[in-house]
Amino acid sequence: MAPAIAVDHVSKAYRLGLIGGRTLQEDLASWWARTRGRPDPLLAVGPEHHERRIGQQFWALDDVTFEVEEQEILGIIGRNGAGKSTLLKILSQITSPTSGQVTIKGRVASLLEVGTGFHPDLTGRENIFLNGAILGMTKAEIRSKFDEIAAFSECEDFLDTPVKRYSSGMYVRLAFAIAAHLEPEVLLVDEVLAVGDAKFQKKCLGKMGEVSRHGRTVLFVSHNLVAVQSLCRRAIHLRDGRLVDQGPATTVVSRYLRDVHPLDGPREWSGPADAPGDGALRVRSVGATPVDHRSAGLITMKSPVRIDTEFWILTPDAKTHITYHLVNEHGIVVLTTGSPSERRAPGVYRASFVVPGSLLNSGVYSLRFMIIHDGNRRTFEQDGLASFVVVDSAERADAYLGREPGIVQPPLSWEVAALSDVSLRTDPTNERR
Amino acid sequence: MQRSSPPNVRAAITIIGPYRGWFDWRLRQLWRYRDLVTLLVWRDFVSIYKQTILGPGWHIVQTLLTTFTFTIIFAKIAGLPTDGVPPFFFYLAGTVLWSYFASSLNSISRTFVTNAGLFGKVYFHRLVIPVSIVISNLVAFAIQFSMFLVLLAAHRLFGGALHLSVWTLLTPVFLVMLAGYALGVGIIVCALTIRYRDLAHLVTFGVQLLMYGTPVIYPLSVVPEQYRMVLLLNPLTPVIEGFRLGFLGVGTVEPSQLAASFGIMLLVLAVGFMLFSHVEHIFMDTV
Repeated sequence: MAPAIAVDHVSKAYRLGLIGGRTLQEDLASWWARTRGRPDPLLAVGPEHHERRIGQQFWALDDVTFEVEEQEILGIIGRNGAGKSTLLKILSQITSPTSGQVTIKGRVASLLEVGTGFHPDLTGRENIFLNGAILGMTKAEIRSKFDEIAAFSECEDFLDTPVKRYSSGMYVRLAFAIAAHLEPEVLLVDEVLAVGDAKFQKKCLGKMGEVSRHGRTVLFVSHNLVAVQSLCRRAIHLRDGRLVDQGPATTVVSRYLRDVHPLDGPREWSGPADAPGDGALRVRSVGATPVDHRSAGLITMKSPVRIDTEFWILTPDAKTHITYHLVNEHGIVVLTTGSPSERRAPGVYRASFVVPGSLLNSGVYSLRFMIIHDGNRRTFEQDGLASFVVVDSAERADAYLGREPGIVQPPLSWEVAALSDVSLRTDPTNERR
Repeated sequence: MQRSSPPNVRAAITIIGPYRGWFDWRLRQLWRYRDLVTLLVWRDFVSIYKQTILGPGWHIVQTLLTTFTFTIIFAKIAGLPTDGVPPFFFYLAGTVLWSYFASSLNSISRTFVTNAGLFGKVYFHRLVIPVSIVISNLVAFAIQFSMFLVLLAAHRLFGGALHLSVWTLLTPVFLVMLAGYALGVGIIVCALTIRYRDLAHLVTFGVQLLMYGTPVIYPLSVVPEQYRMVLLLNPLTPVIEGFRLGFLGVGTVEPSQLAASFGIMLLVLAVGFMLFSHVEHIFMDTV
């Protein structure tokens, strides 16, 4: 069976610099100068300017080839500027590729921008028809789905009110309802999860699942990697316009995460003179590593993390110890931990501790480093001595896909037990009482 | 979920490739967007008149005021002849036709500027917008033209002359030609504004000047013989003269001139389609 979407060696070049229209006067001035053999007055602002005007090419997409099977939900991941939006723009025919070809079976609709073409003075009812037609529906189609759209939008009571009087929530709901009822063969979804509350997200995701169950194909662009892993079987990874990875979504996502959050090697200092510390103790190196082997260089919420600190002891008579604050990205100290307080002979030492796995929530953590003398006298403190990222790797079937709130997120075991006769609840005579 | 759209749309295979040349007009695809055209026309009509007192009456007020002004300035003060027709009807006929052409052309030439936001988000055949503008303005024209007919009938009741002829039957042709020229010239300008932004200003101004280069406020018959050729080079001249011949019984026009004008209109449209389809592909990358 032919794939639903075949993207074949697609490239897209944008010209840098020479963007947008020039005025006729500018062109005439250039032309006049050229015909007289003079330098173009609009170019004559140094060599770098010259280059810009001639127009360098910027390849937003560079020889991208992939296929999407029917009924598949394909995730597209990549950093900002990797070419994801350009790809969707080509697929939705807003811009055409510079070279290569895309073949799509059936109608394409996108949830790129809901509410496009809404006219503020028209009523909700009128806008459903107008927006539906802009998105590619015929009048007959809209009429047949009108009630469904109105019900989905939860705006039934306001259908004869101009949409400029709508709250922003109603506006988005109405717009999404129309887009969701397009029933295209191919649906392009770009970051719908970024807008709206959890309830709205759930509705969007539910609709996407429904769409794919009805034999449609979905392309899902998102920065929410948990959502990509949960919804998509396959994913592709774009970097600088090139397709660098494709395969099962979980594999592509974890390779992508290693790409984005490369685990910093230990931070090292060459000698005690420039290293952080005081007269008694100086740090030689500090680093964080995941302890479990499964994570392959990535710190997930499940991984225990070992913090290794190597330090120099410079004097034999100071009784010192190291204390760390583990600080999250909101500046909250998640935990404090310290080494035993001891007198040590001068030399190089290594101190390690392990933050247990399945404890920290996802996020960026930094270590605040302190040296304590005699168990209570703090002589040195430095923020951000080292930092590491904990990524959310949880695979959740149908739960909320965003980051759960909470400073820590240990998996807690729940027990639910029946306390009375279960049959009571299903007995209709009891229910009536 | 039921599937209600025609199966041919469903099974359609879309091939998106690089721009394929000057003759990639996709007129069949344009036809598939006819529902969108009608909805856009209807949107224009509804949205313009919401929260206004006079509603569509504005078209009548506007036309009457323009006609009165022309009558006073050109007939009473300047004393321009009107081929023996009551000046009011002479100017009314010209104003009704010209305002259709001018307002269509002006809005079409701003298509890309006005719809940049929409074009950047959704794909539909871009000619849908110019076509819907031409049709939208027909609504205004219909209102003004009806007023013209009513006034003409009243004029007849009070003993005025009425000169209907075979030219009267050509009214739809005149209208099609004005629409064709507005669309053709409009999309040419539209295509050029992508390269030259300031062209849009030139159009508004140019259309105003063109009115004086077209026998709208004077009859072709008063133009000295040696300059008449120049005015006949303007393909809109036979349209205006023909319309007045059809309803007021005066006009200097030959059927061959009208036919030639029709041919030029087709040529202008073809050039327009070529330029428009050419820039349609690069528009989103340049704005």
